[in-house]
Amino acid sequence: MIIVVDYGIGNLGSIRNMLKRIGVPALVTSDLGRIATAEKLLLPGVGAFDNAMERINASELRQILDRKALVEKTPILGICLGMQLLTRGSEEGQLPGLGWIPAQTTRFPSLPGLKVPHMGWNVVQPSRPCVLTDGLPQESRFYFVHSFCVHVDDPADSILRTTYGAEFDAAIHRGNIYGAQFHPEKSHKFGMQLLANFARL
Amino acid sequence: MLRTRIIPTLLLRNESLVKTVRFGRFTYIGDPCNTVRIFNELEVDELLFLDITATTDGRSPNLRALADIADECFMPLGYGGGIRSLADAKAVFEIGFEKIALNSAAIADPNLVRSIADTYGSQAVIVSIDVRKDFRGRYRVVARAGAQWTKLDPVDWAREVQTQGAGEILLTAVDREGSWSGFDIDLVRQVADAVSVPVIAQGGAGTVNHIGDVVRDGHASAVALGSMVVFQKKGMGVLVSFPDQTKLSAALSVRSV
Repeated sequence: MIIVVDYGIGNLGSIRNMLKRIGVPALVTSDLGRIATAEKLLLPGVGAFDNAMERINASELRQILDRKALVEKTPILGICLGMQLLTRGSEEGQLPGLGWIPAQTTRFPSLPGLKVPHMGWNVVQPSRPCVLTDGLPQESRFYFVHSFCVHVDDPADSILRTTYGAEFDAAIHRGNIYGAQFHPEKSHKFGMQLLANFARL
Repeated sequence: MLRTRIIPTLLLRNESLVKTVRFGRFTYIGDPCNTVRIFNELEVDELLFLDITATTDGRSPNLRALADIADECFMPLGYGGGIRSLADAKAVFEIGFEKIALNSAAIADPNLVRSIADTYGSQAVIVSIDVRKDFRGRYRVVARAGAQWTKLDPVDWAREVQTQGAGEILLTAVDREGSWSGFDIDLVRQVADAVSVPVIAQGGAGTVNHIGDVVRDGHASAVALGSMVVFQKKGMGVLVSFPDQTKLSAALSVRSV
């Protein structure tokens, strides 16, 4: 069972709908007990970086998540802002991130004609093979909506890259921690494959 | 490379899908869920649903019908029609839609744009602007499904809603709607050049080349399709379809960013 962490932000209906469609048992909950005993966690998120970190830090949720990620090595997938939270911090805010993956979240470069947020379907390129991206066809495309983007310190932690103004990491993986900048729950068969892969871990 | 979003716009009227011409004379298209399944299989970029009688009937969104749609759709989903409060928007988001569109309610209370954007982010708020030319040939914003003239200039209004937190603008040339005659490129360019948020051009698509034109010359970020995706051809029967990707790619100017 995948526990989708509800910490008061984000649109969880569509994640629940897609997990149901691919037949993966899932529970969307804010219950700390259920989160603490989860065998797999999904960390969604939209909106502002500091707002999300404040909500996580405001309760015991922070300690529980740190223990799951770093001690129990529970598989965790961060989606969209949830992936940015895995990094040390973001140019969007002042608060440190969870820091589980050595990476930084930065602004898109300021280029003429480059509309921010990066909103729409973009094609991704694999950086290396990974169970999360197993079975994805060539020219896989995903739906993105974000104004900040992630750059990992160690290229080995990148699994998908894409370009908007400049290249950035579209999906990352280090140990039991996974992140996807795009919205798999809104990305047709491509997203279904990725979420099914996470469910099978 | 970011693909230009091509967005089928589907009109709801009493739980059926319909298609209109210049906001009037509607044709029955079918059951929303069946149609949505076809678009899901066609892997379209995004879908936008507009309930065209919610505002004029004074109704809130039909959440049951929207929930059925969200269960079938694994692409970005937008909804507009009858959203008059943060609570209305919240209910639509919770079902699994990630964008809501405001039109008449934003004109009545521009703060509504701000309050929804503050809570859910600008990317979740589309402001829909319907435009007609008045008797002096000036573009003017119309409200309540095109029935009510306002004094708003579409460029000024687009700037204003962007300041209020709108993340996208759906710009509809009412007199082109359902006409198959091509987009109002002047209107689209005036608005697109005045704001930094994406403008979705709507009203007049009849060929794949019209789509290319409004992106290249009108500077639209995305294109909404109505008649083209629900009819075989102008004046012909219902056929739910989507333009061929190869022809689309050829018609769209390649964006290098």
